[in-house]
Amino acid sequence: MLRRATALLTRPASSLRAARAFSTDVAEAPVGNPAFNEAWKKVIPHIDPPKTPLSFMKPRPPTPSSIPTKLTVNFVLPYASELSAKEVDMVIIPASTGQMGVLPGHVGTIAELKPGVLSVHEGNDVTKYFVSSGFAFIHANSYADIIAVEAVPIDRVDPSLVQKGLAEFTQKLNSASTDLEKAEAQIGVDVHSALNAALTG
Amino acid sequence: MAMAALRREGRRFAISPNPIAAVRSSIFPAEEQAPLGVRSISTQIVRNRMKSVKSIQKITKAMKMVAASKLRAIQSKAENSRGLWQPFTALLGDSPSVKVKKDVIVTISSDKGLCGGINSTSVKISKALNKLTAGPDKETKYVILGEKAKAQLIRDSKKDIELNITELQKNPLNYAQVSVIADDILKNVEYDALRVVFNKFQSVVSFLPTVSTVLSPEVVEKESEAGGKLGDLDSYEVEGGETKSEILQNLTEFQFSCVLFNGVMENACSEQGARMSAMDSSSRNAGEMLDRLTLTYNRTRQASITTELIEIISGASALEG
Repeated sequence: MLRRATALLTRPASSLRAARAFSTDVAEAPVGNPAFNEAWKKVIPHIDPPKTPLSFMKPRPPTPSSIPTKLTVNFVLPYASELSAKEVDMVIIPASTGQMGVLPGHVGTIAELKPGVLSVHEGNDVTKYFVSSGFAFIHANSYADIIAVEAVPIDRVDPSLVQKGLAEFTQKLNSASTDLEKAEAQIGVDVHSALNAALTG
Repeated sequence: MAMAALRREGRRFAISPNPIAAVRSSIFPAEEQAPLGVRSISTQIVRNRMKSVKSIQKITKAMKMVAASKLRAIQSKAENSRGLWQPFTALLGDSPSVKVKKDVIVTISSDKGLCGGINSTSVKISKALNKLTAGPDKETKYVILGEKAKAQLIRDSKKDIELNITELQKNPLNYAQVSVIADDILKNVEYDALRVVFNKFQSVVSFLPTVSTVLSPEVVEKESEAGGKLGDLDSYEVEGGETKSEILQNLTEFQFSCVLFNGVMENACSEQGARMSAMDSSSRNAGEMLDRLTLTYNRTRQASITTELIEIISGASALEG
């Protein structure tokens, strides 16, 4: 009987220490949009509110107080996520003002991309992609999101086709009559000359 | 045909000896329960029915296989496109409860039918969103992608439909096509907020209706002054000589085409998945119907054989005795 009494006394002490998490506990679920759900329920109570993108996304970490050592890069294309949450040392992006280097701790920036070379530096490896155009968001918490419409690794580009394309579009630009044709030909010339520069440079 | 009419006449005068059986077989009243003595003509009708149900089952099974293979092809593409809208939401946040003057609801639906309830769900959510965002001096318009939503929305909201785009899946879905559509919409429709309604593909049996909100550049600037998630937008520098409003213009247009691309891919996946499960349940129902018909057929056949045997034997015993 004394043994049971001591057991009773020690049990609450042990439960105070650390409650073990159940295996069925869900990991921190992504947040939804409570204000929207409330407004929905008031007007349309009999249908469940639709989901919003926030509930499908992992929340981003807040800005750390000290500069982190690595930059986390998300490089996405419509058909694939080339790099998702990859930790690198530096990326050089082809912004509209020229090549821009991004290191961890970079100030928050929104940059529009022009056709050019994107290089990802991880230790001693450098991976180069030719990017057609897109946007790059650099967040203050050392997360970089690069969204491009089309990107290919540099070694997949065929030099002879680049020359042919450049000649063809320069000729189209010279013979263009309407503004629309001029604009299209100009875009072709820009992309092909950037490709040319990427291959040689 | 005449035999069936005669049989029916006979039944009107003779009370059926087995009322329970009559109730059970009330689906085929003319074929069974023929006290006047029938030959094998009654099995013909059941046989025809069995043949048609079997061919329907084959067709629905084939449709399920086709939907499964199409789903496999498109599912990987849709999952790869999921990373496309996340950077925009990380930057601009998500504000579905924003109050604007001109709302445009972009409803994504399928062109073909027989895909379960997903199109009705999208239309229901679009109508509910319309009710939610309605108010004094506010207008809400629809842009519809796909035939099925057009058929449902044209009944009561014909004047609110701005644009209707069909035959999206004639060629395999790709970003260039969707960006042309997005360009069309942005050029022809005035908007302060675009709400894209689609079914997000979670698994082969589960599709979640989702609404993604894309704001116009003016509204983004207004909201960033108001504070909240968009309030941090000012802390971002803009690379290059452009002002913030110029870059916001390109940004919101790009965001809309990315969100629309992801929505269209997810909806296509959901359509194939829903069609798979709809065709699966209809093949199962056809199979059950076939089982019931087979039992009926066997009963009818055995009854007619028994009647013939009785006639022969009674005829033979009459000759003897």
